[in-house]
Amino acid sequence: MTASPRRDPVPARRRGARTGSRREALAGYSFVAPNMVLLLVFVLVPLVWAVLISFQRTDGFGTGRYIGLENYSRLVTDPVFWRSTANTVLFTVIVTPLSMAIGLGIAVLLNSVLPARGLFRSILILPMAISGVATALIGVLIFDQDTGVLDKLLQSVGLPAVAWQSNGTAAFASVVLVTLWWRVGFNMLIYLAGLQAINPELYEAARLDGANRWQQFRYITVPLVGPSSFFLLILNVVYSFQVFDIVFVMTDGGPENATSVLVTYAYNNGFVTGDQGYAAAIGVVLLLLTLLFTVLRWRTSRTRDLVE
Amino acid sequence: MTVGSDAGAAPAPVTEPPGIHRVRDGASEDAGGSAPRARAERARRARGGRGAGYWLRLLAAVVISLVILFPLYWMVVVALSTRSELLGGDLRLWPRSFTLENFRGVFSSFPIATWFGNSVAIALTVALITVTISMLAGYAFAQLRFRGSNVLFLLALSTLMLPVQVIMVPLFRLVSDARLYGTYWAVILPTAASAFGVFLARQFILSIPKDIIDAARIDGAGHARIFRSIVLPLSKPLLAVLFFMNLLQTWNDFAWPLIALKENALYTLPIGLLYLQGQFGSDYGGTMAFALINVGPMVLLFLVFQRYFVQGFARSGIR
Repeated sequence: MTASPRRDPVPARRRGARTGSRREALAGYSFVAPNMVLLLVFVLVPLVWAVLISFQRTDGFGTGRYIGLENYSRLVTDPVFWRSTANTVLFTVIVTPLSMAIGLGIAVLLNSVLPARGLFRSILILPMAISGVATALIGVLIFDQDTGVLDKLLQSVGLPAVAWQSNGTAAFASVVLVTLWWRVGFNMLIYLAGLQAINPELYEAARLDGANRWQQFRYITVPLVGPSSFFLLILNVVYSFQVFDIVFVMTDGGPENATSVLVTYAYNNGFVTGDQGYAAAIGVVLLLLTLLFTVLRWRTSRTRDLVE
Repeated sequence: MTVGSDAGAAPAPVTEPPGIHRVRDGASEDAGGSAPRARAERARRARGGRGAGYWLRLLAAVVISLVILFPLYWMVVVALSTRSELLGGDLRLWPRSFTLENFRGVFSSFPIATWFGNSVAIALTVALITVTISMLAGYAFAQLRFRGSNVLFLLALSTLMLPVQVIMVPLFRLVSDARLYGTYWAVILPTAASAFGVFLARQFILSIPKDIIDAARIDGAGHARIFRSIVLPLSKPLLAVLFFMNLLQTWNDFAWPLIALKENALYTLPIGLLYLQGQFGSDYGGTMAFALINVGPMVLLFLVFQRYFVQGFARSGIR
């Protein structure tokens, strides 16, 4: 952790550190306490509780009754659950690599010789300041089938209008597009920071060895932004598993569950239908998905040591 | 010394703590980048850079920026347009006349000022609490040795992966049982527990040389004193970043406030925005006028704080 080399390990100082260690520990615990108490009460306790509730039948807001694995066996035969799981995975598989690739592409662009780089960077990260609800409502406005500006633009260049709201595939695509608009800037920002840590002499050496631009990108840039990629992969996957605002406001899972994801389905079960036990079970599945991904990624990672 | 000055908006200092690189506007230069060779290389590239590639890159950057800006521009246009103009069938990328009718409409139909006040109160309180407790925990994890600190730190970090939707049912019950449901605190307390803040604070405080802290210890300062008199003053840039990040995040938060806030009078702006959209249906003029009220303050703050924000992300130790 704090490997700051001590240049002069004077015995007296060592003894001081040792006698102080108890006080140090006491200080340590009291300094972390406020944060840890909040995390314990509002995250860890509810987490254990969520698992317990997932084994209960709860109608309305009364206390539940233990029914074993019934909620889970109901999940297995619930087509909307499977659709929501598939959509969550599909969304993740599309959004994560796309936002990373586009983010890296733009970062490379903004890291090259270009006027007004600061201005372009500011514009690209601007969506980060905009709330998910506002983003989704702007999406609704633009993708509206009757008055939306996008269909008008498409038609004005001779393309057919797209039924963004009534066609399931198109609705899914609109959610993905709005998400990319919202998220690409963040990916770009992290990659930009990663790029600026690369020593330019590496590129010079590669040029002298006759490497073309693509080879420089492939064999210098991509490996050296590895830690950024690792960080972004985890963040994008976790975000995608949890996507809520955009879907909830833009489509609320429709049309006909074509955009339903696990968290919107859990929300609708828990707080619209009032079936909290079932909602908790969906939440537990989401948690298991997240854990599975984390373990897989951690096991296969070669760059993990560089992250911290 | 260097720790305090290097993260500010000040021009690049000569020395920086190892392992920390700043996000610069400059092209790829390395951290210590004063080597004459690098400078000559830059100049050469700048001179020779006005070829087709240069203009292509500029074009690409302009096009990408337009794609990002257009939805925001369109939000403003719609907010300032009359209803009949929006319903017209032909494509018009700029309005013929501007009107503030939409703003008047939402202000007279909805308690926007109250919602705005709620958002400000909740976001400021959360940001204050989170920054304080994150700094405390960050200091302990970075500079103090105590049994179980690594386990606690990993535990805190692991909560980053947890979607609020997994715990929303018990969290809702917890808040109800504690008689907090329908109060500001129902939103504030669960939101204030931030693992990311602790992570960021720890990474930053790790870069404060332990020698400074040891020297203060030898002079007899306790940890509370060291925290207050050494760590906090050196951490001003971090405090700004943490505060702004939390403000932004809480201001824009949606899923949990949606569950925790029942009464109309306690809504925050995003919840009010959704409620208004439900009432107004497809009256995009009114919805976009309100969306602007939600988005405006944070966009302005974002533009002002951007430098710090960007550096905050860059130095969070992710590379």
